[in-house]
Amino acid sequence: MNNLAQISEQRDFVVSSSSLKDVRSFSREVFEKVNIDQDLKDELVLAIAEAAQNIVKHAYQGEDTEDKMEIKISLSNGNLEIGFFDKGRPVEKDKIRHRKIDDIKPGGLGTFFIQQIMDAVVFKEGEKPWINHLILSKKIDY
Amino acid sequence: MSYKVTEEGEISIVHLDGEIDMDVTEKAKEVIMPLIEAKKEVHLNLKEVQYMDSSGISVLIESHQKATELGTKVILKDISKSVLKVIMMAKLEQILNLG
Repeated sequence: MNNLAQISEQRDFVVSSSSLKDVRSFSREVFEKVNIDQDLKDELVLAIAEAAQNIVKHAYQGEDTEDKMEIKISLSNGNLEIGFFDKGRPVEKDKIRHRKIDDIKPGGLGTFFIQQIMDAVVFKEGEKPWINHLILSKKIDY
Repeated sequence: MSYKVTEEGEISIVHLDGEIDMDVTEKAKEVIMPLIEAKKEVHLNLKEVQYMDSSGISVLIESHQKATELGTKVILKDISKSVLKVIMMAKLEQILNLG
């Protein structure tokens, strides 16, 4: 295992629930190169998979598509930034909220997990050809 | 995800194995829900579940609520460390039956 100061890796995935295991594999491969606690690695993989799942569920509303989403994981000087790019429906930022955590019902937890794990969650308009650009960031000690 | 169902009297034990995400939640519900609807007490053995995301947690909540509605219960058994962590992150350790 290396203790690299900088990482920048990206990969495309078909927008489909069947791609989520590949998203996790990619994320695990990248974090294997970083000397951080396994629990933190697992949390970061969960946050990335939840964000990818949100693209499948919300930006594409579960529809079959051949479109791809791109995930880029960058780490520089302890600043982890994970970018998600997709060509689905534009995200309505005002409508993004997790359910109240004491309102026990199925669904609405993915965004809560992401917010619990990451320091910041920012939605931007994607630059062509992308429609949406989500940035998750977190300060990492390693 | 793979699964095995065994019966012990009125208790159905569902052993789940692998990773539980959005791609397999329908399959998980197809296994679990009919047992609850048959008013069986259902034990979900999660020892071999290495990963669970919010979709998997939704299956646990839905199963718990359906069982409560029908007067039976779902008990989570041998919960793996990674699944327990997600249950606690969702603040459900006091809500779901952890056995």
